[in-house]
This record gives sequence, C-alpha cells and structure tokens, in this order.
Amino acid sequence: MIPLFKPGDDPGPDFAELVRRAGLRPSVPERPIGGGSEGRYEPLTITHGTTVVAIRYTEGVIMAGDRRATSGNWISHRAMEKVFPADKHSGVAIAGAAGPAMEMVKLFQLQLEHYEKVEGSALSLEGKANQLGQMVRQHLPAAMQGMAVVPLFAGYDLRRRGGRLFQYDVTGGRYEESNFASTGSGSMHASTVVKLGFRESLDRAETLDLALSALWQAADEDSATGGPDPVRGIYPVLATITDTGFQRVDELEIADRFQTYVDELVERERDIPRLPETADLQGDRS
Amino acid sequence: MSMPFYVAPEQVMKDRADYARKGIARGRSLAAVLYDDGVLICAENPSTTLRKVSEIYDRIAFAGVGRYSEFDQLRIAGVRHADLKGYSFSREDVDARSLANQYAQILNQVFTHEIKPLEVEILVAEVAEDPEIAGGDHRRSTDQLFHILYDGTVMDEKNFTVLGGEADAIAGRLEDSFAEGLSLAEALQAAVKALAGPDRELKADELEVAILARSSGRRAFERLDDERVTELLG
Repeated sequence: MIPLFKPGDDPGPDFAELVRRAGLRPSVPERPIGGGSEGRYEPLTITHGTTVVAIRYTEGVIMAGDRRATSGNWISHRAMEKVFPADKHSGVAIAGAAGPAMEMVKLFQLQLEHYEKVEGSALSLEGKANQLGQMVRQHLPAAMQGMAVVPLFAGYDLRRRGGRLFQYDVTGGRYEESNFASTGSGSMHASTVVKLGFRESLDRAETLDLALSALWQAADEDSATGGPDPVRGIYPVLATITDTGFQRVDELEIADRFQTYVDELVERERDIPRLPETADLQGDRS
Repeated sequence: MSMPFYVAPEQVMKDRADYARKGIARGRSLAAVLYDDGVLICAENPSTTLRKVSEIYDRIAFAGVGRYSEFDQLRIAGVRHADLKGYSFSREDVDARSLANQYAQILNQVFTHEIKPLEVEILVAEVAEDPEIAGGDHRRSTDQLFHILYDGTVMDEKNFTVLGGEADAIAGRLEDSFAEGLSLAEALQAAVKALAGPDRELKADELEVAILARSSGRRAFERLDDERVTELLG
C-alpha cells in the first residue's frame, strides 16, 4: 500500500524512519550471538569483511578494498565487495560483520537517494557523513552483541571542490581525516603503507598504486585480508570519486598495476640474501 | 430533529467532478510524448522551484497538474511506496502499473468519501528497458503512460497524453504532429507547439522539461535545463 501520513506525523525525507514505521527493521539480539551449554559460551563465527582504504588525491578521493570475507579461520567468500557508490559523488566502504554491513550500505544508499527525490536536491557531503554516523550509532546495540560494523565514507565535495574522507568508530563517532583513512583487520598495515607513501598532490596513477600496495602489504601480514587472485581473476576493488562522480577502476587496469607492483617486488628481492630453505629463483631467472 | 436534504448520488458525484475539473482547469497543462529513447514530459510552468515533473524510481517518473500541494503529497507518497517496495523485494519489482493502481485507489477513495475531491490529474510514466535486457518480458519492453483522473479513473495511453484543463484541444494538436520514433528535439518541438496553440509561443523559461531516457543507465530520469531546451527547440 502507498504510505500516507498526517501532516504532524510525517517522516519527511528520512527513509530509515519510513522503514522502521513499515516494521521492516531487523530486531537486535539481546545476548551475544553464539551457542554453548552449561554456562559455557561459545561465540558463533559470523562472516567478516576486512580491509578498506581511502586516500585523497588531486582530483578527489580513491577508495579501495580487498575481496576476502572470513568466518573465524575459514575463508567464507573470495569475491566479496566492500566498496560501494553511496550516490553519484560519494562512496562507502565497509569492514566488520558482513551481513549487517551490507544491510547498512543498502539502507544508506537508499537514504541518500530517497532524500534527493523527496526534497528535490541532494544532501551536502557533510550531511551524508553525519547520516552514516547516525546509522552506525543506531547499530551500536547489535555491535555490542558481536556484530560491529565500521565503515569509511568518502566523496567529492561539490561545494568545497575537493575530496573529503571520514572515519567512524562503533559508537557512531565521526572523524574527518585530511589525507587518508583505513578500517578493518588489516588496516594497521595498510595505513602504515599509505602514511609512508602519501604526499600532497598525488595524481591518479600514483594514488592507485599506493592503494594497491597498501592492500598487498595488509594481505601479506593479515590472514583475513585477501590479496590479488590471478588464478580466479579476483582483484581488489578500487574506485575513484571526482567531480564527474564515482567510477570503478577497470579490473584489467587493476590486474596490470598489480603485475607491475609484483615485478617490482621480485626485482627488489633479487639481490637480498635468501633464506636457506627457500628456492633460489635467481638462478632460474637469470 | 432536522433531516438533511436528500441529494441524489448522481448529483453529488456531478458536483464533485465539476468542482475538481474547475480546480484543474485553473492551472496550466502538461504533455508527455514517447520519443526514440524514451519518454519526454513537458509542462508549462514558469516556476523554477515548484516542480510538476519529478523522479519516482529508476525508470518511473511522475507528473501532476492542478493543485500543487495535493499532487506533491501524492508524489512523495509514490516515492515512498517505490523505495519501500524496492527495499523489501528488488529494484526490478517496482513498476508503474502497480503504482498507478495505488494512486487510483487513493484518488477514488478521496473522491467518494471525503468532503472535497483532490483537484489533480496525474501521470505515471515508465520507460522500457533496452530490448536486450528486458528479454521477452512484455511489461519491461514497452514504454508506459498511465493517466489518472481526479476520481481515480486510470487510462493506459499510447504514444502521448495530455493533462490539464485544455487537454482535448492540446491532444488534438499533438495528434497531427506525432509520429513513431521521433527524435528528442522533434518530440519537444511537437509538445511545445501543441501546448502553446496557434496564437502563442512558449520560451524555455516558461517550460519545465524532463525525460526518462532508456540509454542513461539505472536512473533514467533527467531534467533538461533552459539552455538545453532552447537548443533543442532550435
């Protein structure tokens, strides 16, 4: 049925509120989700998404994310996407419990589009960032039961003319970062790589290479982060957000850039003394 | 005890219909025309902020004539209906026909039960998908125009439709200039000429023009600004 409201009771352009009124919001578990008996608690392994990065550059922002989802020690999915367009000029990347995270992204995308259609104009970038903060805050009860979701938000600010990025914590705290941000299990390694490689006015190619080296290094150190998988043709997702909008980087370009990066690493290892138990590739190659 | 006067139901309905029609006739008209890449909606509207034509969903547009506050309420209700439906099922499941039927229910309900009928006429348009994507699905492979009257009458129109007080005269003029497979410029010129009539000329700043273009990706709705309209009018 078409939802109709009395003037004093109208949810306005708020889609999340509309969803709540329609009774479509999932309930929050009262206890930590898990099993066990006789007072022994065994946590249930839920699917988690891992490492995502956002970096500002001359034309706007680049967002990147690996493709691995894990349940405890298992790799539960090899091609999960964690970087999504939020609307034309912004993107959202997620880490944390995969189910609620995907749901949050879906609701956030709809929230922005719904606002734009009802009001006739889009929210400001700041407004979008605050909206996502509220959603993370509302998710806190579920986060307390083991389903934490920590997103990144980045976009091109059409009013200020430049890329901006935002980081969150589980309580909905919103922190604007000036240069780069990262979240997820491999974020410590990824952000160190970005921190060392970042400088002002990087161009598109340099930033893409920086982002993928950060993901490579995170995957090298963190078992929950997946690296490029040339066997199955699965590569991390990279996207640029500029004044022309959100644009996913072509997979072939990503594959090429990874190949170049791997060649560089091999070259660098060439002159380093090797561990005795590893194969001496230098002999084979020269 | 006072007895209410007996009024024949025919008379009640006639009075209400007259009232609604008068209200609608006070506003300016609007035309929707199919062209080679989708649906063109062109309204005579000097305001640049109060819209008569707007986006409902990926391939669905809404247009209304008559009392602004009333059709704008219907527009927002339509956006809510579509977004909720797409959220709980899938984006593919949102369609113009079901929305048009919902609107018809509301208009009919208000017309027969409330003191005052809604003084609006609305259009729900849906652009067909690319034949390759639509496959054999008939509903997805034809452009649709649903014209809904103040009393909930739904009309499934072919090729073009006109809403508003002078609808018949304008539709007559459009009939003469319409042909299948018009380009966007030709369709716009035909619509503007029909809206203006023989004695007037309408400029871009007196028009509100929007299209549902098959080729523009997921969100087919697009507003054409004055510059673009002037260029298309030639």
